[in-house]
Amino acid sequence: MATTTLPARAARRSAAARRRDRSATFAFWVLMSPMVVGLLLFTVIPIVWGLLLSFTDARSQITVGDWIGFENYQWVLGQQEFLRSLRTILVFTVFIVPLTFAVSLGLALLVDRAGWGRGIFRTAFFIPTAISYVVASLVWKLGLFNSLPYGVANLGLSNFGIDPIVWIGPGDIPWYWVVLVTVRLWLQVGFYMIIFIAGLQEIPKDLYESAFVDGGRPGWTTFRTITLPLLRNTSIAVIVLSLINAFQAFDEFYNVLGGGSFASGGNLSLARPPLVWLYQTAFGGQEYGRGSAGAFILTALIIAVTLIQGRVLGFGRSSAEK
Amino acid sequence: MAKQQQAPIIGDPRLAGWRRHPLDRRAFIRTLTFAAGAVYAGSRQAQGTVAQGTTTLTQWYHQYGEAGTEDAVRRYAQEYTEANPNVEVEVNWTVGDYPTILNTALVGGQAPDLFESSPNLDWVRNGLIAPLDDLIPEDIRADFNPRELATNTIEGQLYGVKIVVDTGGIYYRPSYLEQAGLQPPTNVDELIAAATALTDGPVKGLFLGNDGGISSMQQIMPWAAGSDFITADNQVVFDNPATILAYEKLRELNQTDALLVGAPTDWFQPDSLIQGLVAMQWGGLWAMPQVTEELEDDFGFIAFPPLAGASGGPAQPTPATFLGGWSQLVNAKSPNLDAAKAYAKYLWVDNTEAQRDFNLSYGFHVPPRISVAQAAEPLQSGPPAEAVNILNQYGRSLSPLWTGAMGAALGDAVTRIVREGADATAEVTAAAETTRQELQRLLG
Repeated sequence: MATTTLPARAARRSAAARRRDRSATFAFWVLMSPMVVGLLLFTVIPIVWGLLLSFTDARSQITVGDWIGFENYQWVLGQQEFLRSLRTILVFTVFIVPLTFAVSLGLALLVDRAGWGRGIFRTAFFIPTAISYVVASLVWKLGLFNSLPYGVANLGLSNFGIDPIVWIGPGDIPWYWVVLVTVRLWLQVGFYMIIFIAGLQEIPKDLYESAFVDGGRPGWTTFRTITLPLLRNTSIAVIVLSLINAFQAFDEFYNVLGGGSFASGGNLSLARPPLVWLYQTAFGGQEYGRGSAGAFILTALIIAVTLIQGRVLGFGRSSAEK
Repeated sequence: MAKQQQAPIIGDPRLAGWRRHPLDRRAFIRTLTFAAGAVYAGSRQAQGTVAQGTTTLTQWYHQYGEAGTEDAVRRYAQEYTEANPNVEVEVNWTVGDYPTILNTALVGGQAPDLFESSPNLDWVRNGLIAPLDDLIPEDIRADFNPRELATNTIEGQLYGVKIVVDTGGIYYRPSYLEQAGLQPPTNVDELIAAATALTDGPVKGLFLGNDGGISSMQQIMPWAAGSDFITADNQVVFDNPATILAYEKLRELNQTDALLVGAPTDWFQPDSLIQGLVAMQWGGLWAMPQVTEELEDDFGFIAFPPLAGASGGPAQPTPATFLGGWSQLVNAKSPNLDAAKAYAKYLWVDNTEAQRDFNLSYGFHVPPRISVAQAAEPLQSGPPAEAVNILNQYGRSLSPLWTGAMGAALGDAVTRIVREGADATAEVTAAAETTRQELQRLLG
């Protein structure tokens, strides 16, 4: 009777293990390849291509090769309007981030405490999140903040004897900021409200009960000493997300102040965020090299701001480090 | 009663084979290869072109505002296919930001065979648009306005055939002017005075666009002052006192309370005038049928008046308007270049009936062929005839060498002058310097 020696068994086992490994590796690549290919095709290659374009004199073409070194970068940084667009986005951020924070937190507190109809209010405030920025911008521009006497906002003001206001256009007071800030606020506040509600529901109720036993009264005191400190992580997430979103603003500026190549474009230069400037340079002016250089400068700025913000707010650090 | 077939459940012997081979490599690869092949074949079919001896041409238009225009171009395509059964034309009526969509398609190698636009030097240098000199034989060439041919000519070759010729001017309501005891303005100062006098509560005196004329007047007012931008011999000439005064006057106009801004429609649509929001409006000839229908004879049409007192430009102050419109261009990289050129020739050179219909039956445009324009009855009398007269006398175009970067530099300068009270001399000088650098870069 033939017996199997130990080394032979081990060899068979290791062959089987190798087959299993190969099969697992194969399965890994089959499952991962669509994502990897997608990532390569639609993210990595365009980024690398964009980087190469930023060193190329690419006008009306996206072929790399006509190398001009850092000329495109120098040109972008020398453009008064690009630097101005950075200032514009900072101003916008200064308005929109605190407002979004305060309004969404306020709504979350109100909705969270509502007894009857909580679900209805939560849904009603959240629904605008599903609406397109383009549609909302046009409703704001043509309906609510139409500058004619029959615009909704002007009709409302006329009840108080106030003359019609030119909301979008020239004038000593830049009323267009009201339009730009309110449209984004309306669109995004419901989303952040939901995040805050989730945060509020995480706060243990017995903390409030203990506070009441110790003589604390519901209202500002418990909000300041319990609610707000325990919403720290949620608050940081809301600030970071709304800040990144604000830096990437495009749609409302483009549609409220501009409206395509045929519309009167003079209003767009009143408040042009960097993405609109890049869009006009690259796609309007067909300067793809300069546009790419601008995109990389903007990316560097966003990374820098995010890193600084991480340091200041302690985002991503564990509780022990805080 | 027949037993009902049940769906297989886990453990069912019918699933044994499936369980044994949860992922059959060969079958998977076979399926993947087949799917990739099908997608590739489908995309070839979609792009294109040759199916059983039939050539499919793609043709893009921007969205014309006048009702009936889209049906018209689809009808022309249909008629061509009826006469040439081996050629089909797929019309794409592009809604939205047409120039940007077209630019992106052109550089991405996804451009249609034929498209509306105006040629530029970069497109020519990059081999994106085909020369079309052979489309217009010598005898027919004489029937095209030389100025229109010039706007489509780059480095001595023709790259576009005009589809429509457009112009603009100031529409005014005579009843409003009469009530105020005014005559149509004959110079810019009179225009500012009239606009101010005609402003009465919710009715404003003048509409130049929702940005206060920063876009629409960027070239018109300097032309009215006797200035120009890039000359035929490629010289940048707009940094002169005439241009500076023109933009200072635009600022003056914006500082009055007489301009309508923030209207629901822009200057190229006549709604503000029709609805009585303004007494005067800068607008296009294309809107005249709609204005006539709504206001009947209570409107007049004049060129933008001269900026009296301006000096230092290459010419004297003059009434001003633009010579614009759209041209048919052909994609030089089209796999159906000959068929595309043949259709362009049929549609906008030979087919004078289509040219007449498209230019006159919807909005008003001036037909590019002189013989068709001269026979155009709707343009023979009244305000339409006046508009054609103004176009022929004063119509101007920007050089085909004018680029987006130049436009952006000048546009930003004008915005700063008008909106922020920036020093016009410094702004115009800086914009002209940028334009010179860009021109040098363009011409290499």
